Amino acid sequence: MTRAPGTQPRRFAGRVTLAVIVLLLVAVPWLDLPTAGLLPDRLNAPGSLQLLGLCLVFGALAMTYDLLFGFTGLLSFGHALFFAAGAYTFAIAATVFHLSGPAALALTLGVALLLPLVIGAISLRTTGIAFAMVTLAFAQAGAVIVGQDPGHATGGELGLGLAYDHLPQFLVGVANTRYLYWICLALVVVVAGIIWWISGSVTGRVWQAIRDNERRVQVLGLRPYVFKLVAFVAASFLAALCGIAWLLLVGGANPGITTAEFTLSLLVMVVLGGAGTRWGALAGGVLYTFLDQRLAALAGSPAIQSLPTALRVPLSQPLFVLGIVFMLVILFRPGGIASLFGMHGSQPARRRWLAWLGRGAARR
Amino acid sequence: MSAGAAASPARLPGAAVAQPAILLHVRDVHARLGGAHILQGVDFDVPGRGVTALLGRNGVGKTTTLRAILGIVPRSGTVTFDGQPLDGLATFRVILRGIGYVPEDRDVFAGLTVAENLRLAERRGVPPRYDLVFDLFPDLAARRRQAAGTLSGGQQQMLSIARALLNPARLLLVDEPSKGLSPRLVGETVAALARIAEDIPVLLVEQNLAAVRKLAEHVLVMAEGRIVHAGPAADFLADAALTQTLLGVSAGTGAQA
Amino acid sequence: MSTIVLLALTGIGLAGLYFLVASGLTLIFGLMRVLNFAHGAFLLLGGYCAWLLGAQLMDAAGNVSNAGFLAMLIAALAAGAVIGTLTELVLIRPLYRREFAQVLVTVGLGLVVGALVMGIWGGDPRNFPAPPWTHGIVRILGANVPASRFLLIGVALLVLVALVAFLRHTRYGLIVRAGVENRTMVSALGIDVRRAFTLVFALGGALAGLSGALAGVYFGAVSPGLGSMLLIDAFIVVVIGGLGSITGSALAALAVGLLQQFANYYFTGIGDLAIVLLLAVVLLVRPRGMLGAST
Repeated sequence: MTRAPGTQPRRFAGRVTLAVIVLLLVAVPWLDLPTAGLLPDRLNAPGSLQLLGLCLVFGALAMTYDLLFGFTGLLSFGHALFFAAGAYTFAIAATVFHLSGPAALALTLGVALLLPLVIGAISLRTTGIAFAMVTLAFAQAGAVIVGQDPGHATGGELGLGLAYDHLPQFLVGVANTRYLYWICLALVVVVAGIIWWISGSVTGRVWQAIRDNERRVQVLGLRPYVFKLVAFVAASFLAALCGIAWLLLVGGANPGITTAEFTLSLLVMVVLGGAGTRWGALAGGVLYTFLDQRLAALAGSPAIQSLPTALRVPLSQPLFVLGIVFMLVILFRPGGIASLFGMHGSQPARRRWLAWLGRGAARR
Repeated sequence: MSAGAAASPARLPGAAVAQPAILLHVRDVHARLGGAHILQGVDFDVPGRGVTALLGRNGVGKTTTLRAILGIVPRSGTVTFDGQPLDGLATFRVILRGIGYVPEDRDVFAGLTVAENLRLAERRGVPPRYDLVFDLFPDLAARRRQAAGTLSGGQQQMLSIARALLNPARLLLVDEPSKGLSPRLVGETVAALARIAEDIPVLLVEQNLAAVRKLAEHVLVMAEGRIVHAGPAADFLADAALTQTLLGVSAGTGAQA
Repeated sequence: MSTIVLLALTGIGLAGLYFLVASGLTLIFGLMRVLNFAHGAFLLLGGYCAWLLGAQLMDAAGNVSNAGFLAMLIAALAAGAVIGTLTELVLIRPLYRREFAQVLVTVGLGLVVGALVMGIWGGDPRNFPAPPWTHGIVRILGANVPASRFLLIGVALLVLVALVAFLRHTRYGLIVRAGVENRTMVSALGIDVRRAFTLVFALGGALAGLSGALAGVYFGAVSPGLGSMLLIDAFIVVVIGGLGSITGSALAALAVGLLQQFANYYFTGIGDLAIVLLLAVVLLVRPRGMLGAST
């Protein structure tokens, strides 16, 4: 009631736009439209839905990383571990332990809560670069264990295909891809909803205060450690949810999601989109995944094939293009995509993030 | 001995040449640190001779003012040294214009020996003035091979000053040289600075009013990021009401040494 | 006994490789507070440059002469130095005073170079040409030790001695040591510390490039995954040794190399896990690492 005039209608318009976008996304599996080569097939074909689902999952995952890194200022190099924990726990529960869907889900959620609680409690005793390194070490340990294939549970280098015998039938088969797509969409909505709610709460404001100046939070009589641990567990738990959705969509877990490179790609997604903005991370995750998946296909197109080798070879490598774009963003547009489109959670928060980006890591 | 040192061959060339009346102009300098607006339009002049003391309560921006002049912290506004603007110059270039800096807390390189700390300050084509430095601080000559981190606070302070004096400087910026030193060492440091100030103008940040009384000819007083008082040191220190208002101490009781 | 000798010498050889990668990383971090994620890319470029030259020089059996091998090592060194220098001048310097953005830009460079190598030479390992003696076996205390281990140990010792001499006895070494303690004060003595930045990047790049070629000898091949694999090991070494400390890195490399070999042998394949655990324990007990600066 005390809002400035004009805020109310704009907020209303924003909500309507959001609702329309979500409804359109829900309707995609019924929209039989051409995609002009952007997607592998017509819009509602299984291949296209799979790609869109992948974009959504990584968009949601990037948002969870943004919560940790953009909002709380915790530079973790181990976020992939929790995504992988979600995917692998569910896959092992269903495939090796032959649990039913709900039981596998319950087990995975338990692991998704306990694992970050333990690892966070230990890692958060350190700060800064040391924290980044401890989390990297834990993630690396996870990667090593998955690669070692203990008790033939993880499938080692080959990965673990998901056995569907005890899972609901609508998850199975190419024709049912649209259900998987809807699961991914629901994931984005749930993750976005939780992140919006929690980052707008008092806890969320303390997180931002910790990122801006941890000592000041301490002086206020709050324990930054507890708040950081909550952020760590929340972000990791949501990442594990993303891991389950990804597993169902792809149909199996593979060790690629346990690597440090995967966490680095999350960092790229978030910075590309605009850290600390929530929407930016989502956009960055979607765009990164889309380019990563489609640039290779586009590289096979006649337009690229006819280029001289010096241009064709680099352009056919998605990570080359993404890496160049990422470096240009860092050098010239530290606000990311969000700053291009004026998408931002709140201006002050974004400005503070930029200040944080610019601050010395350990100035002396 | 002390008068002889001032006239010794180690004395910097050109010191006898008339210095300009105003050596350093500082105009409308602003600086922000971590979102806080520390300097809010600092204006002052430093004359070309004697000690000018920069006073003020803790946290008003004295150290930041020195660091802003040197370009260690980003700033706006203009700073002119000997008629040449220093704006936008990297710190090392400001220093090479002929400014020596003795930072707060000495900042000697703890892992380097005394000799290495001094050798680091040597410049190509400029003969280092070891005779002057070791004449001022004979203690350092005896401890050349000792790691600077193992020196006492007073010795570290001497090393820090020696480092700034190794090359000819036309202005010294000295930040709280008496901080954390025993009264005896404060006395020694003040004596050394007094000898140095015969040759080189000094901008001195200092909390110890007794030291200021012995050294300074002019005072500048800061409050909340601005200069609020400038004038002859004797007049300021004699005005108990003014020192009480601006510094929170009376000049009579603030003395330690 | 012979097993222990073999494991120890292999572990020390591996430690030499880790040290070569880690020493550059730790120099760069010590002076600039930048964890260089592009270090693996420098290594990769060095390795592939040496391989390219070696492919020209080798005979039908895939062997090169000693002179040719020396040329390969120098090519790797030079390639690393050039990319390191360019990285500092083009990417790091414009982001001066923004250490966090500097780290991110090295992440981007690492991705780009990795993808480029993949695009040009493909993902398959390429056999690395070397002189025949590097494939030989040395009998020592009853153990048959591959000669390449001694090559790595020798080069690493040489580099360690050279680095320590550089840091102790040269003007730039002095600037680097002082800069590790307090960069601002180095500038405040009238020294252009940015030149030292370029220098450590060139030096770190050269050492990374050299380790790329030596990794080629050790593993018998170069592949695009080599960079990120050794980078993570080197990170672990650097952190255990204490960021910024050369001797710390040397000791930590030794600990990591030996632990990895022995753990792998006696507890089948848990070497990687063991060094990760070592890192976690060291960090939690001493967050600054074994010889980390306390300032």
